[in-house]
Amino acid sequence: MTEYTTNNRFSSFSFIIPALVIFAVFYLYPFFYSFALSLYEGDGISTMRFVGLNNYKTALCLDREWWRSMYNGAFITFLALTLQNILAFALALGVNKTVRTNKIYCTVFFILPVLSEIIIGLLMREILKSDPGVFNQILGKIGLGGFASNWLEGEKTALLTTALVHCWRGFGWAFVIILAGLQTIPEQLYEAARIDGANAWHKFTKITIPLLMPVLSLVFILTILGTMQVFTMILALTRGAGGLTEVPVMRIYNHLRGGRLIGYACTEGVVLGVILIAVSFVTLYISKQMRKHYGVLPN
Amino acid sequence: MYYQTKKIIFLLVLHTFLISVALSCIGPFIWMINTSLQTETEFSDSHGLKRAESFNLSNYKKVLVDKKLWVYFLNSLFYTFITVTLIVFISSLAAYAFSRLDFPFKNTIFLMFLTAMMIPLPAGFVPVYVLLNKLGLVNRVGYVLAMTNMGLSLSIYLLKTFFDTLPRDLEDAAHIDGCNKLQIWWNVGLPLTAPALAVVIVFNALNVWNEFVLASLMFTEDALMPLQVGLMEIYNRNIIQHTLVMAALTIAAVPIIILYLRMQKQFIKGLTAGAVFG
Repeated sequence: MTEYTTNNRFSSFSFIIPALVIFAVFYLYPFFYSFALSLYEGDGISTMRFVGLNNYKTALCLDREWWRSMYNGAFITFLALTLQNILAFALALGVNKTVRTNKIYCTVFFILPVLSEIIIGLLMREILKSDPGVFNQILGKIGLGGFASNWLEGEKTALLTTALVHCWRGFGWAFVIILAGLQTIPEQLYEAARIDGANAWHKFTKITIPLLMPVLSLVFILTILGTMQVFTMILALTRGAGGLTEVPVMRIYNHLRGGRLIGYACTEGVVLGVILIAVSFVTLYISKQMRKHYGVLPN
Repeated sequence: MYYQTKKIIFLLVLHTFLISVALSCIGPFIWMINTSLQTETEFSDSHGLKRAESFNLSNYKKVLVDKKLWVYFLNSLFYTFITVTLIVFISSLAAYAFSRLDFPFKNTIFLMFLTAMMIPLPAGFVPVYVLLNKLGLVNRVGYVLAMTNMGLSLSIYLLKTFFDTLPRDLEDAAHIDGCNKLQIWWNVGLPLTAPALAVVIVFNALNVWNEFVLASLMFTEDALMPLQVGLMEIYNRNIIQHTLVMAALTIAAVPIIILYLRMQKQFIKGLTAGAVFG
């Protein structure tokens, strides 16, 4: 080791001081602070009353609306996991087959994740909302007028519409990651399989899927984490539609905005965080078992 | 011959599928721009589904004459610029130290940053908001500091792994020439990490530019609002003037789309890096 790296450890340490200070004040402290706050009741600024685990009791056992928002989040996540990721996978497979045009497709598909959730949410609100009824007009023009509906506020459609808009916004991002994964699979494997007489289906199930497993499980976990915490887009799109499309983080946000339920908002945050960590560990474990099963990644 | 036809049909089906998905991505934006060019009467006639015949720019004029959109835009530029600058310097310094220098608890502290990156903290904005209230920092400074923290861990991680791949020879040479640690970082380390810095800059700039939650909690005055919060305000104030709102959305979206088309590689890298490690 060269001399300048070892001498004077204090001056070396000073390199990370700015990062450490900001991290301690704006991450570490709030992190533990939110556990502490979750045991209190009040607005967080003037009066706080210690209530022990009462908030947790409310959140876990009594608060139906909270679990309803969890259900809404889970529903959107389910559609994102299935519909969005299957679409992204199909598109990635397709684009991987094209030669000259693949750049253009990548560009187009990735525009939506680049733009802000507010822009996407407000734009789709204008299109879908029933007052000018643009989308209903389009349906009418292509002869599907019978399907016209109150997409954003209807009791049956609101949540589904929200989930579909979310998938539409998010597929480009999963697409890019899966495509990058596909391009790392060496061409020789397919070549060898072809010589051995494998058909397209065999190549897909015996080469593509197993080798893509790490990427797919990553996309899976990130979809769960991302979708369960989605909220800005839904705020712009439906504003919760009177609870129909309320998701967990939106509820927390509203508690905070209302200003009186800060302790409870922290409780809900902690509950959601613990659930998300548990779910991602389970997913990681399953994907590891599957990789073992395929024999791709023994360690 | 049979093989040829089969291939052509396959490509035809494939491209039909891809193009129809691509159209669904672009369609709403074409509608948005088209609507923004219509008058309100034209819109109530055709709902923006016919080509804007009048091509009138009065919506843009109205939005731009009302100074608020400018204020929002400049605020967003300000927050983004300051935050990204802070993140670049702070995270590059730390990453350099983690990669090249030696100090007590080095690995423990780095592990701490890594863990912070992986633990999902839904509603992390609640304690941060309470904290800022207590510190009396519900202003530009507080917002910039909180946003700096949001991008810090990932940026340090990206830059540290990049530093690890660089050879040390140049730094040794600089040391022999009499540079101290800080000078080596500034003259050798920072310039050499330019490719990774580009990703860090794009990722953080988009992150700050698109941030909504904390800003909407902190800023209730127009003078401090960034663009995303401002767009919601504009929407709520002009809820029946569809063409006006579309003009505002177009003004907000087009610069980002142009930037994206010009720097596509960095955008994709930046956003997927954010997703993969964040």
